[in-house]
Order: sequence, then structure tokens, then C-alpha cells
Amino acid sequence: MKKRTFGAIVLSAVLAASLAGCSGGAMTEITDKETNKTETASGSEEDSKDSIKVGILHSLSGTMAISETSVRDAELLAIKEINVAGGVLGKQLEPVVEDGASDNATFKEKAEKLLLNDKVATVFGCWTSASRKAVLPTFESNNGLLWYPVQYEGMEASKNIFYVGAAPNQQIVPAIEYMNENYGKKVFLLGSDYVFPRTANSIVKKQAEDLGMEVVGEEYTPMGHTDYTTIISKIQDVKPDFVFNTLNGDSNVAFFKQYKDAGLTPDEIQTLSVSIAEEEAAGIGASYLEGHLVAWNYYQTTDTPENKKFVEAYKAEYGEERVTDDPIEAGYDAVYLWAAAVEKAGTTDVDQVREAAGGIEFKAPEGTITIDGENQHMYKPVRIGMVNGEGLIDEVWSTDGPVKPDPYLESYEWAKGLSNVQ
Amino acid sequence: MKTMKKIKGTTILAAVIFLLLAALPFYMPMFRVSLFGKYMCFAIIALGLDMIWGYTGILSLGHGVYFGLGAYCMAMYLKLEAAGGNLPDFMSWSGLDRLPAAWVPFGNPVFAVAMAVAVPVLLAVIIGYLTFTNKIRGVYFSILSQAMAMIMGTLLIGSQAFTGGSNGLTDFKTIFGQDIHAPVTKIVMFYVTLLVLVLLFALCRFLTGRRVGKVLIAIRDGENRAGFAGYNTANYKVFVYALSAFMAGIAGALYVGQVGIISPAEVGVVPSVEMIIWVAIGGKGTLIGPVLGALAVNSLKTTASENFPELWSYFIGVLFVVVILWLPGGVISLKEIPGKIRAKLRLHREETSSAEEKIPDKTAVRSK
Repeated sequence: MKKRTFGAIVLSAVLAASLAGCSGGAMTEITDKETNKTETASGSEEDSKDSIKVGILHSLSGTMAISETSVRDAELLAIKEINVAGGVLGKQLEPVVEDGASDNATFKEKAEKLLLNDKVATVFGCWTSASRKAVLPTFESNNGLLWYPVQYEGMEASKNIFYVGAAPNQQIVPAIEYMNENYGKKVFLLGSDYVFPRTANSIVKKQAEDLGMEVVGEEYTPMGHTDYTTIISKIQDVKPDFVFNTLNGDSNVAFFKQYKDAGLTPDEIQTLSVSIAEEEAAGIGASYLEGHLVAWNYYQTTDTPENKKFVEAYKAEYGEERVTDDPIEAGYDAVYLWAAAVEKAGTTDVDQVREAAGGIEFKAPEGTITIDGENQHMYKPVRIGMVNGEGLIDEVWSTDGPVKPDPYLESYEWAKGLSNVQ
Repeated sequence: MKTMKKIKGTTILAAVIFLLLAALPFYMPMFRVSLFGKYMCFAIIALGLDMIWGYTGILSLGHGVYFGLGAYCMAMYLKLEAAGGNLPDFMSWSGLDRLPAAWVPFGNPVFAVAMAVAVPVLLAVIIGYLTFTNKIRGVYFSILSQAMAMIMGTLLIGSQAFTGGSNGLTDFKTIFGQDIHAPVTKIVMFYVTLLVLVLLFALCRFLTGRRVGKVLIAIRDGENRAGFAGYNTANYKVFVYALSAFMAGIAGALYVGQVGIISPAEVGVVPSVEMIIWVAIGGKGTLIGPVLGALAVNSLKTTASENFPELWSYFIGVLFVVVILWLPGGVISLKEIPGKIRAKLRLHREETSSAEEKIPDKTAVRSK
């Protein structure tokens, strides 16, 4: 009994000491907020030191890790290159890497940590739309800056996010136009059951109606689904001119293997995938994918001097067997775009960087890309590619030059009603 | 005398934990305080799970469902308030042009909060009644509850136009008219959560100290005997199951306000199993153990992943194995360790001396 009382006294003493000794707690932030409203989470404070902290927020564990770790590698490569070349504003970049763990709430937690705790100047990160949507309120309420490297379904334009991947009019819409012209009017929609495929398909359905196309099937399977025999026999029954494939991850391995096993070839019924890049193609196996189509803005085979340099640098850093692909390239571009905006602004202050970013051009591996100051997406070229026997992708068609981003598809009459925002 | 002492020990521990939590905003930055707000929501779930698993012996692997229902009810209100009379953004790109009828009443905060509690309880009563009166128990119940969590996840993802699909519901602006990102609002939500945690802890403490608690333990240790003694065990089980659903629902509502997002990933099978882990690590059947477990496991998860973003998941995994192997009673049984060591030492001493004396080992028995 005596010991216990003693313990309680010690504990309450510790408690009292910690109460009295600390003044930097959350309670003080209430009053801070009122007296100093202009203070932002990022920027100015870091400018006085000789390095600039930047955040990298991708899934390094969980189901998305396989895709996202490569993007992180590309971002770290760009940071390294910039540091070797003298840094940004004469200061070295110091990456702070966090793991989003393929979980939306964790992404949000880590975004808060990077902005409020580490006070990073900007963050490069996210892959899934779900993770981007999860961190968006954090970036908006703390006036942070996020560079998002993946193509997505559009219908968003936050002033705290720069979208370096394709908007729907830079991937999905031109892809459907291309298929309509070259393969026919009967389309079968197949996707994993989450937001990107469903939203992409609701865009495709409107567009198909406008083009006089016929949607002969629409199927969704849970993430990680591996039995596609029923769906493939449906495809064989309705005989579409092509399959528009938004399956994600492992499901593609099962689908394309069973597609081939069922005796289907791309010559018979072509497929067009928007979530399969070189990295995924390697996992699925070139023998199953050979001859199938994909739509992106960049391929490892893209013929520009910048790309030659980028692929060489990436392989030198991470190994000869590694491949580059669209999101990897976009992650790499994002760092350079931000650095260029900071140089132009002369500070890492978020508002000034945003102001300076509009119109910035970067000679990227995919060709010259330009930041659209209005919606903070990129002008990008669009490319349709065909998977070859080595699992790399050869370009079969491309736009003449960069396409203006249109995340809300406002320039398309048929897309009215898809968004009520803005 | 012995039980008196034991209760005292855990009460002191509980008081210390709650006091430390109450003092948090005075010495930790806002960001950390909010994290603890989240952990406390998990602690509330763990408390409810301890009532059904630790005390009654029902292992539910699907409490994410009740947590999710509470969270989604609250999130619907927050989403409508953020949309400010417009159609929530995800509905329009999912093909809806009008607010679904089921969403309309959730514009009212009182209704939403009431539903966040009522819906989980109602579902738990229905599920509990159907299973417990049909004498579905043990591993069969666990499998059934796990299936529920899977169904819930699939339903939420599949009906994107109504639930936001895999993105879930997020991007809230205000709560009861207050800016949801303002430090004042966050501090208030933190203390509300703490208050709810303390009150529910007291309620569970009260219940387990009464006859109800004894009956629950009797059900755990021998349901047939409890039945033969004249207790309608099914009713007790439905009650305690609904109670834990009630607590998970409240935790869900509090969680959404503080974390600002709820998505199927937070309510499916994996988080449901994680909830069980908090209880197991903390020490089931002790009430304060699971609270401590939820707080400790989640703090550790955050700290480990911040410091070792590449390796933290292995680290946490190893820790779980270590605890399960060497501390089967959970962290709370750590307090028995000094006693055990003392007993071992005494045993050793007596063994060496008893070679000639052969005195019965009284002390070792007593200290057990």
C-alpha cells in the first residue's frame, strides 16, 4: 500500500511538472492563431536556413507500395540531381519521406505531420484518388502545396495541388476517340471497383453516346479479384470491337492470362488499358500483353534527348532491370517544376510559388510540358501505345503537340452534367 | 482484501492515464493532440470490445461495421454542411442529379448524431438476436462477424453515388457551424472525446461490478451452466453486443469529426482485426488494459512509421509476436512481472536450501 501511494505521488509530481514546464502546447495555438493569422504552415521560415525541407508522401507498405515506391525513387533522383547542380535558391533540398501505408487516414495523418511538424516547403506524393482526396483538406486548410504525379479522373482543381499526371481529356477522351476511329463502335467496359474506373466509365458512357457508340457491357470486380472466366465469356458473347480496361493491380495478371487462355487475341478483340504502364506490364508478363493497347503521355521508349538522359540516370541509380513509366516520369517532372517555380518566385512561400508557377515550361522526358496557371494541371502530349514482346510500349499514335488540360471537360458539350462544381 | 487492492491498482492507473490525456493540449502541439483524439476514439472501441470479448467471451471480428455506421452517419451530415445546399461533388460525377431521399434528413445535426448511435445499436440488436437466440457461438459467430465487415466494405465501394465509393466521405468544412480546422474546435472535440471515454469507462466499470458483470463472466466461463442457473444468456449477450456496438458507433462519430475522413478502408476486415489486437495487447478483461492498448499501439505505430518509414511494419509485427508469446495477458500483466521474478528467485533460493530441509513452498504459492 505504501509503495502505491509513493508511486501516485511521483506520478502526480511528474504530471504537475510537465504541466508547468511546457508552454508550446496546442492551447497556445488558439491564441497564436488569433494574433498571427498570416502565418502559413510552410515557406518563409525555412528560407533562412541553408537547406529546404520537402516532403515525399507515398505508400511504402501495403497494396500500393509496389507502384508508389518507384515514384518515390524518381522524386528522390530529381532531388539528388537538383542538389548536385547547386540546389534551389542556392540551398540544398532535404527530403522527408513518409509512408502513407496504402491507407487514406494514414495519408492524412502523415500530410499533417509533414506540414505542421516538419514544416516542409512542398510535398510530392499520393497515387490513388482516395489518398489525394484524403489529404486535400489538410493542404487547403494549412495552405500547403502538393504535387500529384498520377493520371486521374478529373473533376478537381484545388489551388493547393498541382496535377502533373493527365486530366481525362489528356488520356481517356482521346483514347476513346482513337478507338472509335480505328476499331469500331461497340465498347465493353471493365474495371476494378473503386472511384477511378467508375468515374472514368461515366465519362466514357457520355462520350460514347455523343459519338454514336454502343456500350455493350459494364463490369466491375473487387480489388484483387482473380477469376475473369465469366466476364471473358460475356465478352465472347457480345463481341465488342474493343474492351476499355480500367482494372488495377493484380487483377490484370489474371485477366490477361485468362483472356489469352480463352483463345482471345488483340487482333480479334482489342483492349485498351489506362492503368497498365511499363512497370505493370513487367508484372503481368509481356507474352500475355503483347499487341494490346494502352494510353499514356509518356513511355520509356519515347524518343526525346531528355528521356534518353532520364532513363539512363534512373537505371544507373536503381539498377539496369528497372523500367520507367508515366507516373514515374511525372514524379520526376514534379520536382523540377516546383524547383523552377521557386526559382522564379525567389522564395518557397506557397502563395508566391503558386503565383509564379503559371506558364512555367519544363523540357520533360515526355516533351515540353507547361503549367496551366488556371487549373494547375499540365499541358501534355497524348500517346497511344502498343505493348511489345519485351514488355515495353511502342507509340502507335500521338497528338501533334501538348494538349491543354481540361479537368472538368468544360470544352465538351456532351460532358455537361458531369460536374456541378465551379 | 485482495480484490480491493487489485481494483485500487487499476483505478490509479486509469486516473493517471485520463489525467495525462487531459493535460496533453498543454504540452503537445495541436497536430499531436489531434492524433491522440483519434487514438481515444480507438480506445472507446477497444473498451466496448473488452466488454464482449474480455468479459463475455464473444470474439467479434467485425466491429468495423458499427464503427463505420456511426462514422458514416456523422460524415453524411458534415458532407451536406460542407456542400452548403449543393449536391455533394462525388454524387454529380457518379451520375446523380438529386440528393437521395435517405440523405435528406442527415442535413440536421441532431438527427445525424442520433442515427450515429441508433443505427449501430439497431443492427447489433437484430444480428445479436438472430445469432444468440439460435445459439450461434464461438468461432461460428466470429466468422459471421467477419463476413459482415466484408459485406459492409463491398457495399460502400459498390454504391459510389450514395457513399463516395472507395474515396469515402471527406473534405468537411464546418461542424455545428464551427470551422472544423480551427484549433479551438479541435481542442473542444478532443475534450468531448476524452469526456465520452471517461464516462463510458465508468459505465463499463459500473456494469462489470454489478450482477450483470458477474453473469457476463459466467457466460464466458460456462454458458450452459449460466443457463441452467436460470439466466437467459441470449438476452445478456444481445445486450452486451448492442452496448459494444453503441460504443463503436459513438467512436465513429467522434472519429469523423477529428480525422475528417471515413472510407471503406477504415471499416473493413483489416481494421476490424486491428481493433482486436489493441484489446489483446492491452490485456483483455481488465477495461483499462484495452484503453491503454489502443493508445499505446497506435502511438507506437505513428512513432515507428515516422522514424522508419520503410521498416516500421515489420517492427510492429515483431512486437505483436513478442507480446503474444511472452505477455499473453497483455501489457497490463506487466505489473505481475516483478512479483513473478521475486517468486522465481525465492523458489530458486528455497530449492537450493530445501535440498536438506524439504519445507513446503508456502511463499511461492501465496505470491502467485
